[in-house]
Amino acid sequence: MIHRDKPCYTLKITQQTQLSSFSLEVDLALPASGFTVLFGPSGCGKTTLLRCIAGLHHPVNGVIKVNGATWQDKTTRLKAHQRDLGYVFQEPSLFDHLDVTANLLYGYKRATSKGRLTLEHIAQLLGIEHLLTRKTAHLSGGEKQRVAIGRALLSNPKLLLMDEPLSALDHKTKNEVLPYLERLPKELSIPIIYVTHALSEVERLADHLVIIEKGRVIAEGDVHELMLDLDGPLSHFNQAGALVDAIVTGYDSDYSLTELTIDGGILHMPTSIAPIGSHRRIRIGASHVSLSLTAPTDSSIINCLAATVIAIKAECEAMCIVRLQLGETSEILARITKWSKDHLGLQEGLAVYAQIKGASLIKQ
Amino acid sequence: MTDAIFLSLQLAFTTTSILLALGVPLAWWLSRKQSFVREIIAALVTLPLVLPPTVLGFYLLLLLSPNNTLGHTLSDWLGGPLTFTFSGLVIGSVIFSLPFMVQPVRASFEAIGSRPLEAAATLRASPIDSFFSVVLPMAKSGLIIGATMTFVHTLGEFGVVLMIGGNIPGETQVLSIAIYNYVETLEWQKAHQIAAGMVIFAFLVMLLLSQVSKRQLRHGAL
Repeated sequence: MIHRDKPCYTLKITQQTQLSSFSLEVDLALPASGFTVLFGPSGCGKTTLLRCIAGLHHPVNGVIKVNGATWQDKTTRLKAHQRDLGYVFQEPSLFDHLDVTANLLYGYKRATSKGRLTLEHIAQLLGIEHLLTRKTAHLSGGEKQRVAIGRALLSNPKLLLMDEPLSALDHKTKNEVLPYLERLPKELSIPIIYVTHALSEVERLADHLVIIEKGRVIAEGDVHELMLDLDGPLSHFNQAGALVDAIVTGYDSDYSLTELTIDGGILHMPTSIAPIGSHRRIRIGASHVSLSLTAPTDSSIINCLAATVIAIKAECEAMCIVRLQLGETSEILARITKWSKDHLGLQEGLAVYAQIKGASLIKQ
Repeated sequence: MTDAIFLSLQLAFTTTSILLALGVPLAWWLSRKQSFVREIIAALVTLPLVLPPTVLGFYLLLLLSPNNTLGHTLSDWLGGPLTFTFSGLVIGSVIFSLPFMVQPVRASFEAIGSRPLEAAATLRASPIDSFFSVVLPMAKSGLIIGATMTFVHTLGEFGVVLMIGGNIPGETQVLSIAIYNYVETLEWQKAHQIAAGMVIFAFLVMLLLSQVSKRQLRHGAL
């Protein structure tokens, strides 16, 4: 039984890598559901960590417990095929001698226990029903990767591991596969550990974020929190921003504007992004947020939300970043000049209006 | 002549079967991690390609003779002498054709790489399971080429056979030796029949092989 949001499996790994000069030393207890993203630069050890969890790479020392089952400790060391996991590689790695259905059923036939997911269910979930009788050689890159995800899920894993599953795909194909990934946590009751070096994938998918550098965890926690942390490692990325969870609540077809309800107000963004009622995560870039002391009435900026300043941090000589509270729990960031900060007399606790340009909310 | 044809085919089938059973696991072992020991074994396996068949035949004759401990033990175990018999021919052929089986199979195993095996392992397939369900089907073209090359090569073998088998009709006189015999006794007509038959057979086999590898390429299985 997996309880949502309760860490019920632990992951503890100590390991020497032969490739590089540093050693991978990690001690993690991860949530039992949703996307846990391992994020870091190439060569930081995140893929090695994933391979250790899968049993494809053997750490010198390590403890891996998943949902009460010990995969590895001082006395036990299960082989990869004895671990109830699904693994999606960077390249789809389908078996070319089998057709799509046979690929999907490869792990299903060998699963230690049958789950509730069937071939039909998975094919529908990943939009691959029309491909079932095809040869793998005749699939596009995005289709192959979706089949690979389905194949992993049909083996009824207790844990799904994904190693940069989008990095070998071009921009267009990435956007074709991403919505299927976003849907996974709602359809599955298992945790997903996802490795990437792309911040855009972190923003779109992560629930829990683990940032790795040179084999060490340098930050770990809820993704919203880490994005807002003005001193944290993500603040070094030049595009500071905040993630806000939204529900699509309307669509104005005259102007082609989607209405999103978030904690703390309503946002409008151009084009129809999703059906009404669906959940979307919106990234609000700090550079696209401007502040004023009174509610502007004659601005081209369509989004204006009441906010409270909770922190101000100097970014460089000219710029600073303001952390703002919206509604009950949501927070966003605004990047403004120091001149504006002094001109408006911004300080912690001050009530302001945050203006967000609708055009900036469109996904690139 | 029919005796010689039958004997050649029997030898080729036996050798190919034994080499499928021995050569495929050996090729698999050689295709895994590089190590010094493996390199030595790989070089030994390749040796019959470059050695004169008479050299190989000469040493095999000495090794398999009843005066030698190994030959003695082996002939006791197999229930009969090994020199100038069909069993001896099979042993010689197996060793002589070893590279023809091991090289293409090893190459196709190496071409598979480790990724499909890792994928199979994460889908609960044990190493033995994935060898049969992933490795062998993926290496199909290499296996077909290896088996065919072994078969044809064994049919055309001369030097080793002559050294350890001699020229006993119905026992060790295979096609290539029969041709030699007919030429020696100036029976050109009969020599022609066998020789031309072998040329045609070898040509057809090579044509078939090129079709196999073409088909394999078209299906993107490489």
